[in-house]
Amino acid sequence: MSEHEHGPREPGRTCAGARLHIVTGKGGTGKTTVAAALARALASDGGRVLLVEVEGRQGVSTLFGVPPLPYEEREIDSVPGGGSVFALAADAEAALMEYLEMFYGIRRAGQALTRLGAVDFATTIAPGLRDVLLTGKATEAVRRREGGRRRPEGPFRYDAVVMDAPPTGRIGRFLNVNSEVAGLARVGPIRNHADRVMEVIRSERTRVHFVSLLEEMPAQETRDGIAEISDLGLRVGMVVVNMVRPSLLSEAGLAAAAAGEIDLEALATGLKAARLDDADALSVSLAREVTAHALRVRLERRVRGELADTGAPMLDLPLVEGGVGRAALEALTRRMIEQGVRL
Amino acid sequence: MSAERLDVDALLDDPSTRIVVCCGAGGVGKTTTAAALGLRAAERGRRTVVITVDPARRLAQSMGLASLDDTPRPVPLPEGATGSMHAMMLDMKRTFDQVVEEHADPERARQILANPFYQTLSTSFSGTQEYMAMEKLGQLRQSGEWDLIVVDTPPSRSALDFLDAPKRLGRFLDGRLVRFLSAPAPSGAFRLLGAGVGLVTSILGKVLGTQLLNDLRAFVTAFDTVFGGFQERAERTYRLLQAPGTAFVVVAAPETDALREASYFMRRLATDAMPLAGLVINRTHPLPEGAGSALDADTASASADALAAAGEHPETVAALRLHADLVRTHLRERELRDRSTADHREVPVVEVPALPEDVHDLDGLRGIGRALAGG
Ligand SMILES: Nc1ncnc2c1ncn2[C@@H]1O[C@H](COP(=O)(O)OP(=O)(O)OP(=O)(O)O)[C@@H](O)[C@H]1O
Ligand SMILES: Nc1ncnc2c1ncn2[C@@H]1O[C@H](COP(=O)(O)OP(=O)(O)O)[C@@H](O)[C@H]1O
Ligand SMILES: [Mg+2]
Ligand SMILES: [Mg+2]
Repeated sequence: MSEHEHGPREPGRTCAGARLHIVTGKGGTGKTTVAAALARALASDGGRVLLVEVEGRQGVSTLFGVPPLPYEEREIDSVPGGGSVFALAADAEAALMEYLEMFYGIRRAGQALTRLGAVDFATTIAPGLRDVLLTGKATEAVRRREGGRRRPEGPFRYDAVVMDAPPTGRIGRFLNVNSEVAGLARVGPIRNHADRVMEVIRSERTRVHFVSLLEEMPAQETRDGIAEISDLGLRVGMVVVNMVRPSLLSEAGLAAAAAGEIDLEALATGLKAARLDDADALSVSLAREVTAHALRVRLERRVRGELADTGAPMLDLPLVEGGVGRAALEALTRRMIEQGVRL
Repeated sequence: MSAERLDVDALLDDPSTRIVVCCGAGGVGKTTTAAALGLRAAERGRRTVVITVDPARRLAQSMGLASLDDTPRPVPLPEGATGSMHAMMLDMKRTFDQVVEEHADPERARQILANPFYQTLSTSFSGTQEYMAMEKLGQLRQSGEWDLIVVDTPPSRSALDFLDAPKRLGRFLDGRLVRFLSAPAPSGAFRLLGAGVGLVTSILGKVLGTQLLNDLRAFVTAFDTVFGGFQERAERTYRLLQAPGTAFVVVAAPETDALREASYFMRRLATDAMPLAGLVINRTHPLPEGAGSALDADTASASADALAAAGEHPETVAALRLHADLVRTHLRERELRDRSTADHREVPVVEVPALPEDVHDLDGLRGIGRALAGG
C-alpha cells in the first residue's frame, strides 16, 4: 500500500473520518455493488458499519446471498480483521408507522391508515415525505450511541453508515430534505425531524460518492450530479469508476491502432512464431479487433478526463468477469482498501 | 441462431406499419434504437416522426434538438433521401398542460395549472412521463401528418412501467382516497375501518400539513370535470397500442437482468394482445469476420502466454489476449441469449454489435440502422 499523503493512488483518503457515505450514480452502474464493497472496506480495521438500502429492491441481500432483509438491522457479514457489516432495508411505510407511534402514540390509527392505503397515498402525493422517512432512518443510525439517549457521550453504535442511494437523477431532491418538506407541515415533529436529518447530511463528516462507468451517459450524469450536490453545499466524496477494463496495448500501439495503422506484417510474424495457422489472414482479422479496442480506449480516456475535470478523487474498480458474487465482492473490497479507503 | 431473424426493413417499409414502440429496461439503447429506426425509415421513404425521451445530450444535438420544446423539428437528411424525418423530445409537463387546457374551460384550466399539487403531479409523479408519452403518441397519430411514428419510452426501471403507469395514474386520480379527502363525509365503507374518519383526516393533516391537503382538495374539485375526458382519452390511446398498425420492438442488452426484463415484457405483450415485432439485443460482441472467427479463446490465450514467456512480439501478445476476451464474451452472451429466448422461439431477434464509441451523430445512427436491418 502506498504511503503518500494525498497521492493520486489514494483517492479513498476522502473517506477518512466520514461517518455517513451516500452512494449514487446512474442506474445500473453498480451503486449497490460499490456501496457493499465500501461498507466492507470501511469495516476492515475492525469497525462496525451499517449498509442501508432505500429503494426497496433487496439488492443487498441478493448480493450477499442472504435471505431478504426485514426492516431491522442485521449482521450480514464479518470482515477479516474483526469488523462487521450490518444491513437494513429501510422502508418508508414501516418508518412512518414507527414515527407515528413515537410522536403521537397512535399505533391503531396507523394500522387503519395502512389498510386504507393511506401511507402509500401520503407518500405518493408528497414524495418528500417518503424521502425524509428514508433519510431519517439512515441519519438516525449515524447519530445513535451505545446506551441510547441516556448516554449522550457513549460511543457511536456504528463507526460508519453507507447508504445505497437513489440514482443521480433523483439524488439532489432526495438529499435536500428541508426544501422537500417545505410544502409539508411547517411546524411540529416532521419539521424538527427534517432539520435533524439535514444537519447530518450537511455535516462535514458526510460524503456523497458517485459511481460512473467510462461511458458518455453515466459520466454526464455524474458531472451534473456533482454540480448539483456541490450547489446544495454537500460534500462530494469520490468518483468510483466501475467496471474498468485494462488496456492491453502500449501507448504507441494504441495511437497507431486508433489511426488504423497497424503493422500487419509484424502481427503476422508474431502469429507465425506462435505457430498459428493462416497467419496472414488472421492478422487482418485481429487488426480489426485491435482497432476497435483502441477506439474504445480512446473514448474511455476522453470520458475519464471529463470526470477528472470535476476535481473529485477517482477510485477505479475493475470489471469482474461473469458478474459479482462473493469472491468478486472480496476482490472489489481489497481494491478499495488498496486505494486508501478506511475509516 | 434458433430464432427467426427480425426483418426491420420489411417492418419499416410496410405502409400499414404506423407506430413503432421501443421498450426495454433503462440504459439498453431504446432511445438509440428508436432514433436509428426513425432515420432508416425516413431514408427509405417514409414521413417519419420520432418521439424521444431523455436522449443523450450529443445525440439530441445531432438531431437538431437543442432544448426540450415538445415540438417535432425537422432533421436534415442527405440528398437522395426519399422520405422525411422529424424528431422531438417529450416534455411531460407541457404535454400535461395541453391536455388540461383542452379539456377544461379557461378559468378551471387556470386554477388547475396554478395548483401546487398539480405542479408536483405533472413533474414528479412516477408514471406521468409514461402517461404523457402515450398522450403525445395519441396527439401525433390524430394529427394525421405522419405516416410512421416511432416512440421511445421513458427510462423506467422496468419496461412494464410503460404499460402500467398510465393506469396507475388514472387509478390514483380516480381513487377512493382522493375522493375521500375531497369530500370527507363519513361514509359506510370508511366507518368500517375501525378508526374514525376524523382521526384519519387529522393524522394525514398532521403528517402532510393542512396546506397540502387543501391544495389536493382544490385540485380534485377542479380536475373532476376534466377527468372523464382524460380517462377516456387514455383508454383510446391504450387501444391504439393494440391496433394492427402498431409494432412493439423490445430492446435488451446481452445481460441477465435486461434479458429477464425483456422476457417478462414479451409475455405481457402477448397477454394484452399487443403486437410484438421482435427483440433487439443491443451491444453484443460478435465474432470477428474472417480468419479470426475460427481461432478459439483457449488457443489464443495459450499462444499469447507462450509468446509472452519468450518475451517476444508484444503486439501479437496483446492482439491474441484481446481476441481471447472477445471470444469468451461472445460465448457468454450467446449462452445467455439462447437461455432467455428459449421461451420465445416464435419471436424474431436481431443483434446489434457494440460500437467502439457512443452513438452521437446521424452517421452513427445510420450504422445502427444497418445493423438492425441485418447488414
Ligand atoms: N466491477 C464490476 N464488474 C462486473 N460486474 C459488475 C461490477 N459492478 C457491478 N457489476 C454488475 O452490474 C450489475 C449492476 O450492478 P448493481 O446492481 O450494483 O447496480 P446499481 O447501480 O445498484 O443498479 P440499480 O440502479 O438497478 O440499483 C450487476 O449485475 C452487478 O453484478
Ligand atoms: N450498439 C451500441 N454501441 C455503442 N454504444 C451504444 C450502442 N447502443 C447504445 N449505445 C450507447 O449507450 C448509451 C445508452 O443508450 P440509450 O439509447 O440512451 O439507452 P436507453 O434509451 O435505453 O436508456 C448511449 O450513450 C448510446 O450512445
Ligand atoms: Mg441497486
Ligand atoms: Mg432513453
